[in-house]
Amino acid sequence: MSNQTTDDIIVCEGVNKWFGEFQALKDVSIRVKKGEVVVICGPSGSGKSTFIRTINRLEEHQEGRIFVDGIEMTNDIRNIDMIRREVGMVFQQFNLFPHLTVLQNVTLAPLWVRKKTRKESEAKAMELLNRVGIVEQALKYPGQLSGGQQQRVAIARALAMEPRIMLFDEPTSALDPEMVKEVLDVMKTLARGGITMLCVTHEMGFAREVADRVVFMDHGMIVEENTPDTFFTNPRHERTKLFLSQIL
Amino acid sequence: MATDISQPRTRAPRPSIGVVEWLRQNLFSNWWNSLISIVLLIIISQVLWGLFRWIIGSEGWIAVASNVRLILLGRYPSAEVWRPQLIVAMASLLLGLSGGIWRGIPLSLAAGFSGIMLLLGFVSFAMPASETPLPISTTLFLFGTAALGAAGIAAAWRLRDMLRWPVVAGWLLLYPVAILILHGSGGDTTIGTNLWGGLLLTLLLSVSGIVLSFPLGILLALGRRSKLPVIKWFCVGYIELIRGVPLVTLLFMASLMLPLFLPAEVRIDAVVRAIVAVTLFSAAYLAENVRGGLQSLPRGQTEAAQALGLNPVQITLLITLPQALRAVLPVLVGQFIALFKDTSLVVIIGLTDLLGAAQAIYTQPQWLGIPGGVWRETFFVVAGIYWVFTFTMSRTARKIESNLNVGR
Ligand SMILES: Nc1ncnc2c1ncn2[C@@H]1O[C@H](COP(=O)(O)OP(=O)(O)OP(=O)(O)O)[C@@H](O)[C@H]1O
Ligand SMILES: [Mg+2]
Repeated sequence: MSNQTTDDIIVCEGVNKWFGEFQALKDVSIRVKKGEVVVICGPSGSGKSTFIRTINRLEEHQEGRIFVDGIEMTNDIRNIDMIRREVGMVFQQFNLFPHLTVLQNVTLAPLWVRKKTRKESEAKAMELLNRVGIVEQALKYPGQLSGGQQQRVAIARALAMEPRIMLFDEPTSALDPEMVKEVLDVMKTLARGGITMLCVTHEMGFAREVADRVVFMDHGMIVEENTPDTFFTNPRHERTKLFLSQIL
Repeated sequence: MATDISQPRTRAPRPSIGVVEWLRQNLFSNWWNSLISIVLLIIISQVLWGLFRWIIGSEGWIAVASNVRLILLGRYPSAEVWRPQLIVAMASLLLGLSGGIWRGIPLSLAAGFSGIMLLLGFVSFAMPASETPLPISTTLFLFGTAALGAAGIAAAWRLRDMLRWPVVAGWLLLYPVAILILHGSGGDTTIGTNLWGGLLLTLLLSVSGIVLSFPLGILLALGRRSKLPVIKWFCVGYIELIRGVPLVTLLFMASLMLPLFLPAEVRIDAVVRAIVAVTLFSAAYLAENVRGGLQSLPRGQTEAAQALGLNPVQITLLITLPQALRAVLPVLVGQFIALFKDTSLVVIIGLTDLLGAAQAIYTQPQWLGIPGGVWRETFFVVAGIYWVFTFTMSRTARKIESNLNVGR
């Protein structure tokens, strides 16, 4: 990888992705530095989810190259496994495991993937649950929690693997308005803590406050990327202006 | 999952109403309802009265009473009756211990079982002694079994943590140990399976079918979803083939055709062949049910597990399979109840299970003198035994289901 500076933790070069005949990603290239917080926005169906899901191989790309922390994403299972250990993900629908308690949700991967002891993983889990403010709910099942609490558990679950990168796919879109803040607060703390974040969201307040960069996607392409300030006050492309006028 | 979530169970207070008021509200709320109620009450009382007169007046019960051993054990030798008795006693102890450890459902099963044994003990005490004395008196055995169950509950209540794993191991060992005990050690003390019958055989066939078809069915369900075409098509072929034929055909194939394919010196036991047929049959249905459960899971479950870095085997064992099995639990219990009753088809290949025992009883020559024969009484009792088992299964399943629904 000649052209990768040591600072770049995610590098995508000319990524193309098709679903059958339909091209969902068109020549997507981006570099993300360690500790950078990147917000991705764009209209529905523009390929935001597809894009961040290629970074931990929930979607397979057909052309182009993706490097995560210096590891190239290939079909080699070992590479995929290594990358998945570096990357945590939070979903719109939480996707907690309903048959496991909150604590078991959070300790699952440390126990089975990192092969830590139960004691270690539980101590770490309780610390994380404390950090996201739901330590009292540790022995409950996900179904007994509110949406906002579930999403915070999901964040704790991803963090338990001690990832260097966190992917968020519209983490607040499925939440009732009064719960959005509690999740965003956790994410803001995380962002300031120095972890690398790729975040698909339409929470522009969040983008303004903590993002280092905002990326706008449309029709599978990255149309425009800029610092939040410039992006919101002085968008270059017509599509971006139209999009911003619709959501702001 | 040992975490118990103790929540105060507050129920909406139910207004207490008198019997008369209840009758008025539920049965006689208007003239049309009243008419239906009266007609139904007349019909029901007629049926009950007929039943009552029959139960009190019939001479046929003597046939059932003098054939208890045939119903329960078939032609299992009377000198060896201690073997099944020992197994029932072990099961009762294990059940009691489980009840003491896990409380809830196991506890009510244990208490119910011991209660029934106690009741039967009194019945046996009141009955005249049987003509062939058994090594251990039936009354003593029944009371002893009830006592073991109770002792198990008491012991495990105290030593909960210590007994947990031994009890699990006990349950796992019970099936093979039971077979060994029933079969004897070889040589003279061997009790050939041709002598096993009645309830013993019915239970053996259905427990074997359930225990063996469970892992097989799960493997088939997973295989059907495999990405490897050879495995996938083998499983699809197997499942569709088996589901396309009635169980009777499989039983016939196993009992008549299997010997044709095997070398003459290899003789497979008739009961084993029946078990194989029942297992193969049940596994195909189980596979389809489990597959339904797997398909009902949202894709996000697998994705979340993948994103955490779990490998496919871990995802199946820790995430998808447990959820799928829970989702289809009611269906599986229904399937097992059907299997329990379907084992009665082995009569056709000449085995004397519970149903076979009934047939054997009412064709005995000594009852020819009784007007109308004794088949009504015999079938009534046998049907009652089937019902007790299936009812227990479905009740237990419903309780488990409602327990699992906590936190959804
Ligand atoms: N598994 C799939 N099979 C076929 N087409 C798909 C699949 N997943 C996504 N697509 C298509 O790819 C395009 C991009 O989808 P994607 O989910 O990435 O959009 P998005 O930007 O995340 O939209 P939204 O804001 O609605 O979540 C859409 O047109 C979608 O229909
Ligand atoms: Mg999306």
